[in-house]
Amino acid sequence: MTIEIKTSTLEPVRQTFANLERRFGNKQATRYQEATYDVQATNNFHYRPLWQPDKELNDATRTDIVMEDWYALKDPRQFYYGTYVQQRAKMQELAESNYSFFEKRGLSSHLSDEVKASLVRHLIPLRHVEHTANLNNVYGSAYGYGTAITQALLYDGMDRLGIAQYLSRIGLILDGNSGDALSQAKEFWMNDPVWQGQRALCEKTLVIKDWFETFIVQDLVMDTLMHDLYYRQYDEWLNANGAQDVGMLTEFMRDWNRDVSRWADSVFKTVASESDHNKALMKGWVETWRGQTAEAMAPLAQELCGGSASLDDALAALDKRLKKIGLA
Amino acid sequence: MSKVYLILQDNDVSRFIVEAVEDDNPEITVIYQPAMIRMEAEGQMVVNRETVEEKLGRDWDVQELHLNLVSLGGNVDEDDDKLELSWAV
Amino acid sequence: MAAKKLNLKDKYKLLTRDLDWEFSYEDRKEAFPYEEFEGIKITDWSKWEDPFRLTMDAYWKYQAEKEKKLYAIFDAFQQNNGHLNVSDPRYVNAVKLFLTGVSPLEYQAYQGFAHVGRQFGGVGARVACQMQSIDELRHVQTQVHAMSPYNKFFDGFHDWTHMHDRVWYLSVPKSFFDDARTGGPFEFLVAISFSFEYVLTNLLFVPFMSGAAHNGDLNTVTFGFSAQSDEARHMTLGLEVIKFLLEQHEDNVPIVQKWIDKWFWRGCRLLSLVGMMMDYMLPNKVMSWKEAWEVYFEEAGGALFKDLARYGIRMPKYADVVEKEKEHVSHQAWWTFYAYGHAAGFHTWIPTDKELDWLSEKYPETFDKYYRPRWELAKKLEAEGKRFYSQALPQLCTTCQVPMMFTDMENPGELSYRSTEYKGEKYHFCSDGCCDIFKDEPEKYVQSWLPVHQIFQGNCGGPDVPDILKDFYHFNLGADNLDMKGSPDEERWKQWKSA
Repeated sequence: MTIEIKTSTLEPVRQTFANLERRFGNKQATRYQEATYDVQATNNFHYRPLWQPDKELNDATRTDIVMEDWYALKDPRQFYYGTYVQQRAKMQELAESNYSFFEKRGLSSHLSDEVKASLVRHLIPLRHVEHTANLNNVYGSAYGYGTAITQALLYDGMDRLGIAQYLSRIGLILDGNSGDALSQAKEFWMNDPVWQGQRALCEKTLVIKDWFETFIVQDLVMDTLMHDLYYRQYDEWLNANGAQDVGMLTEFMRDWNRDVSRWADSVFKTVASESDHNKALMKGWVETWRGQTAEAMAPLAQELCGGSASLDDALAALDKRLKKIGLA
Repeated sequence: MSKVYLILQDNDVSRFIVEAVEDDNPEITVIYQPAMIRMEAEGQMVVNRETVEEKLGRDWDVQELHLNLVSLGGNVDEDDDKLELSWAV
Repeated sequence: MAAKKLNLKDKYKLLTRDLDWEFSYEDRKEAFPYEEFEGIKITDWSKWEDPFRLTMDAYWKYQAEKEKKLYAIFDAFQQNNGHLNVSDPRYVNAVKLFLTGVSPLEYQAYQGFAHVGRQFGGVGARVACQMQSIDELRHVQTQVHAMSPYNKFFDGFHDWTHMHDRVWYLSVPKSFFDDARTGGPFEFLVAISFSFEYVLTNLLFVPFMSGAAHNGDLNTVTFGFSAQSDEARHMTLGLEVIKFLLEQHEDNVPIVQKWIDKWFWRGCRLLSLVGMMMDYMLPNKVMSWKEAWEVYFEEAGGALFKDLARYGIRMPKYADVVEKEKEHVSHQAWWTFYAYGHAAGFHTWIPTDKELDWLSEKYPETFDKYYRPRWELAKKLEAEGKRFYSQALPQLCTTCQVPMMFTDMENPGELSYRSTEYKGEKYHFCSDGCCDIFKDEPEKYVQSWLPVHQIFQGNCGGPDVPDILKDFYHFNLGADNLDMKGSPDEERWKQWKSA
């Protein structure tokens, strides 16, 4: 039999790669699927790491969390590199126009001395906290398992570097590019009692071994509390104190938080609902770190917003989030 | 002196960059290969922002070079005004 | 108050370099535990020179622009059946080898740079490594997307990650990167940032990609050059790493030299695959492997080593052997794959007469003397309907895992073979270079997952080779493997072209 229809000769032989076909059937795959599933090597490693001879190069046991399939942790944002950078490029374009507007119009000259002093003492040192978050997320990317979670952690880590740099730019706007605000803020970070709890906590998170525990402490506990304190409460206080323009400089962080929470919550939820074992572990970590983090932030919360910040409100936000992801 | 080199994708922007590099480095050799343009010079080569801006007729950030860059050889010194490649020996 | 204008260097320093701090509450060594065990001495991380000073906002902006352009091409390729524009269906086999052999290395590079990007004590170095990490992730993902349309129309692409973990010749690239990643953080950087990125990848990403363009493969040349625009940053990082290590302490010099020797040699062995891709798998030729080697290693690498001489670094050991091997390796590699074409996940073929003439012209010293006669014989056998395949499983070199196919450069008609004993076991090597590497770290290389050994030990299914190919490797027998002539790829191509 001869088939005459010419277009039929250009029918594809297969719709997608075999690993995707095994997972989703023989149909066109999305670019996120192609870029993510099963990309990480799983078998037949040649040598043990000199730096960790008890583990394989890619080893799921670098956390106590157990997943039957680590690719269950898919990213609801469907971020692979291309979609990630293009999304962030849009955000940075907006941020760039906000920053240049702020600078060009000299909006910092409208800020009261009290607000300026508070920005240097309370906001700018956050750059060091974000730098910690950069390391903590890259940690998960390096030692986590499966491309789905590890790529998203790297995006998160790079975002944190970007946020640390934006915070630094706020310092440079305040000090006219002399760098004085940054040195002052670092001095607070290093020596002022208000920051020492937070700094000790950051250092402590950097020596945690289990990468999923790091992820919980950083992206769930610390981030939720910080976000509520800074990008909700402090933002409101700035608005009320004639410094609403500063909100232009932190808009990126607020947008970013919305974006990243969507992903992180979905991961937390999936891992917690996988098994009682996972849920118990996660609950244990939250319990361990919730109190320590609150304690570390207490001196800061006491001063923040002219003394009106509420750590309890931040903790309530955390509890609400825990409930949402099934960890309450 | 060893050769430094700079390879760009063969596209419309690169053509102006190549013109700029040729103006500022009269000694360079330009080699056209499929999809790419290779520039070579003894010891040193510089891409100046000002010259590229003149050629393009618009503002041009030195870091934009990365959009068209394929490869380079030599010690790199990049700042706001130029990207310079050099070998000391 | 008029703000002072900040130049790029100062701005980068203020925004990035000052983010880290001296610890007061924890032992910093516990947060960065892997810095000392290799014996490298870092006295002052602040001396690190940032090769490029990209802040994240600029990174997002420029990379997004690159991606936008790249994916516009991918979309157009898909919509317009771009696979029909390649010069010759044989060409596509080079792309198969790329996806199964090279793309997974990009992934390993992402992982390795995430590891060192977390582990280095200096923030400048860390950030540079993190940026390279995310770039490498970009490379594997854009490669999968670029090759996805080929997978829909050609065989051999379909189970690339599964194959990479198992197939015999893919253990050559896999073990290369496993070796680098299992080393300490400084060895990893010398291996990948310097030896691989700076000295060797140009050979894959510049002349081979130019060759892809010359063979009508829009997707591959576009991702290749787009990736290479990141590689230019990575290469510069590689050079900075070396200079930094050498300037930090004189005790670092011999350690770094040893790594350069090791990784140059390992890289050369890996590149024999690229040599064969250039000389045999690109139907339209841009330049020969030998010419590419001369431009991108002898000239460019030579300049580099001349520059490093002031630190007491010399050319890599066995560079003289490699200079002779450039006349041979591509021919030896393609011949090996031709002979084992039934066990390869891509097609092999006898070069056309015109191609044989091109090889004779490009390799006047060696091709007619050593290699052309083999092809003339293969042609004769094929004409008689007796296309031959080697049935015996080859012996692999314990270090580079390439089958014993390289010849002795003192006597290029003879196979090169070395061996050594370790704890009562005998180990086999293709060269002094590979034997030296083993002897320096035998505990590491006795672990090698050698595909042929694994088959003999029954760890790859079987019992027969076709069972292993089909069940363990996931080859579609008769479609992925064997000669180009008579393959489904060739049949389909004819149908498309006659339609």
